[in-house]
Amino acid sequence: MKFVVGGLVIVAALGYLGFVGMQESKAYYITVDEFHTMKGQLQGKTCKVAGDVVEGSIDRTRKPLEFTISHQGKSLKVQYVGKDVLPDTFKDGSKAVVEGTIAQDGRFEARHIEAKCASKYEAEYQKKGT
Amino acid sequence: MSEFGNFCLLLAFCLALYGLFASLIGAAARQHRIVRSAERAALGAGVSIALAVGSLIYLLLTSDFSVAHVASTTNRDLPAYYKIAALWGGHDGSMVLWCFVTALFSCIAIYQNRYRYRDMMPYVVAVLMANLAFFLCLNLFFANPFNQLVQVNADGTMEKFLPRDGRGLNPSLQYWAMVIHPPILYHGFIGFVVPFAFAIAALVTRQLGDAWIRTIRRWTLVPWLLLGVGLILGGKWAYVELGWGGYWGWDPVENSSLMPWLTATAFLHSVIVQERKGMLKVWNVLLITITFLLGIFGTFITRSGIVGSVHAFAESSLGPFLVGYMSVMLCISLYLILDRLPYLKSEHKLDSVVSRESAFLFNNLVLLIACFSIFWGVMFPVFSEWVRGTKMTVGPPFFNNVNIPIGLFLLFLTGVGPLFAWRKTSLESLKKAFVWPVAFSLVAAVALVAAGMRSFYAVMSFTLCVFVVATIVQEFYKGASVRSRNTGEGMGAALVNLTLRNKRRYGGYIVHFGVVVIFVGLTGNAFNQEAMQTLQRGQSLELGRYSLKLMDYAEGDDPNYAWARLTLEAYQDGKLLKVMRPEKRAYKFGDQQTTTEVELHSTPREDLYVIYVGPANDGSGHEVKVFVNPLVFWVWAGTIVLILGTFVTLLPDRKGAFATQQATLGEAPVLDEPAQIK
Repeated sequence: MKFVVGGLVIVAALGYLGFVGMQESKAYYITVDEFHTMKGQLQGKTCKVAGDVVEGSIDRTRKPLEFTISHQGKSLKVQYVGKDVLPDTFKDGSKAVVEGTIAQDGRFEARHIEAKCASKYEAEYQKKGT
Repeated sequence: MSEFGNFCLLLAFCLALYGLFASLIGAAARQHRIVRSAERAALGAGVSIALAVGSLIYLLLTSDFSVAHVASTTNRDLPAYYKIAALWGGHDGSMVLWCFVTALFSCIAIYQNRYRYRDMMPYVVAVLMANLAFFLCLNLFFANPFNQLVQVNADGTMEKFLPRDGRGLNPSLQYWAMVIHPPILYHGFIGFVVPFAFAIAALVTRQLGDAWIRTIRRWTLVPWLLLGVGLILGGKWAYVELGWGGYWGWDPVENSSLMPWLTATAFLHSVIVQERKGMLKVWNVLLITITFLLGIFGTFITRSGIVGSVHAFAESSLGPFLVGYMSVMLCISLYLILDRLPYLKSEHKLDSVVSRESAFLFNNLVLLIACFSIFWGVMFPVFSEWVRGTKMTVGPPFFNNVNIPIGLFLLFLTGVGPLFAWRKTSLESLKKAFVWPVAFSLVAAVALVAAGMRSFYAVMSFTLCVFVVATIVQEFYKGASVRSRNTGEGMGAALVNLTLRNKRRYGGYIVHFGVVVIFVGLTGNAFNQEAMQTLQRGQSLELGRYSLKLMDYAEGDDPNYAWARLTLEAYQDGKLLKVMRPEKRAYKFGDQQTTTEVELHSTPREDLYVIYVGPANDGSGHEVKVFVNPLVFWVWAGTIVLILGTFVTLLPDRKGAFATQQATLGEAPVLDEPAQIK
């Protein structure tokens, strides 16, 4: 009996911590075209947007660095404001996932970027039932 | 050669199928000879897969680029050892390795038990062969590494295609830890098939006593160790090769190899309760089933591309098959468990919360919560899409929030568990057992706070580490002094003999010590520092005790890549420490990937980790990023202790000692020690 009570206390405490952690780090995971259709409800929320880095769009002369990602004909201009060094795999044509929020002026401010080389990972992004 | 390899795979598949059906028929008809033939077929399948692996290695070494796998993972200039490693450098080849490891484990288990457990073995063979046949089938028909490159002509006809050179092995995989990491991890993932097969066989034959549990003890320890080492090697690789300054990022692929390790750890502890007290029988069968399935789930996550990961090296069509396989295996085991429930009755009840049993139960509970939280985090994108139609992800804060307290609680249990008595612990014995460990850890806590440490978790973690080490030292000291009094041996000899007489218990303490050392290393994360700056020749970057002065910049060419390198003088407290040369490489073949070559100065106190980011955009100099990561050294050091401790528990028993071990099941409380020696 005591064990059950102790167990429940532990489960409850960890459940609470987990819930807090989830609220803190929850992010929408969408592709660029979905981003445009859902734009209205994404204001102020963290999202991860997936798309291909458009050839020649990476502008390293600007600070912060700017580039464009696209998916299924739609594109999104991204400003990288994060502190981490960009991964080696981030370059023209690579598949990138940018994590951040929509800025005041409507551009996307990314704080974190993941990238994969396109040719090595030929699979398409997960098809959605839309 | 590729036809030969293909033939070997097909032969192995047929033999595995034969083994599956022959063992079942043999068991049903009680025909020993048919079962024997099934066992021989299993060994034959093993040899056949070995030949397939051999022929693929031959193709890789001779650079036969007509084979798709060879062309996509190697190039002519690749060193021979990387050509061999390219066997698992791509999806198809790694499936062959997976089958090979599966067959290897199956064959050893079957051979080892060729004279034992005659009534259980047909079912063990059947499960092992079903598993092998399944993966061989995937290998043959959906991920065949012997497939040839073909070219489709304009008129729709196809012809063979032979490229002049291959695309080369992904440069970030060209590192020693990455060469051995996948095979080790595979052994860990797939090794649990043997204990799983024994569990199923025990359920089918209704022999649910201790026999199967004891047989599979080593069979659980070995994959547990390999999985653990595989995880750490993966971390080491990420740390040294990926250049983001850390070794663990709660990435789905990392997580999915951690999950079976957590449940296996729970299993290793809860079997002790079953052996001693005859409790938790259902729980143990469930745990080993879950562990095995999570191993398959790990493969599923890596290969199906269902959740995005930096490590997912392949996205393939195997996903649905793996899901189907997991569901079938889960249904079979659940059905058997429910059907055999009366045979799985507990022989004892839990008496007190302050007892060894309850410490084990709490250990199991939180390990399972940890596993569940990770599962939840990994699958959250999938679940949220089912429920709300949009994919959502959770990040490191979620995993850390749940798992840091769990880690600390486990550390606490590691300290108190072994000191609790079975059934019930009296207040008197509690006082005696805990006086010194508590005193030491209080002193440590006060000292840490006085020294200015303010991070709650870090203080807790170090305090608990001191506590656990004190309990372990006390256990060894107590045992050894009793032994030396009784036998007249010196303390040193007594310590060694004590450990060898009771390998499982004292080896276990050594493993615990290794875990503590790893925790010390992990806790260092709370104090990581980083800085990034653009430097011109002669300028310096300051971080903590260190100062880095840019001396030189050079560019050059290598057959495989072009490089750009900085020369930095690293000063520690004003004194020259060493010259560091972080590098950026642009590989010439395949995807023309660029890589970051990290410069690392590692000491027990902290790592100085330097990377060259690249030339500044405005041409004003070179960007350098520096991390100071305290105590990382201890993560690797603790792993070595953990490996040694596991080896001690795996040492074979001497004939004489075996009887004693069987009698006490290796878990006698300290006070029984003299009785054992007499």
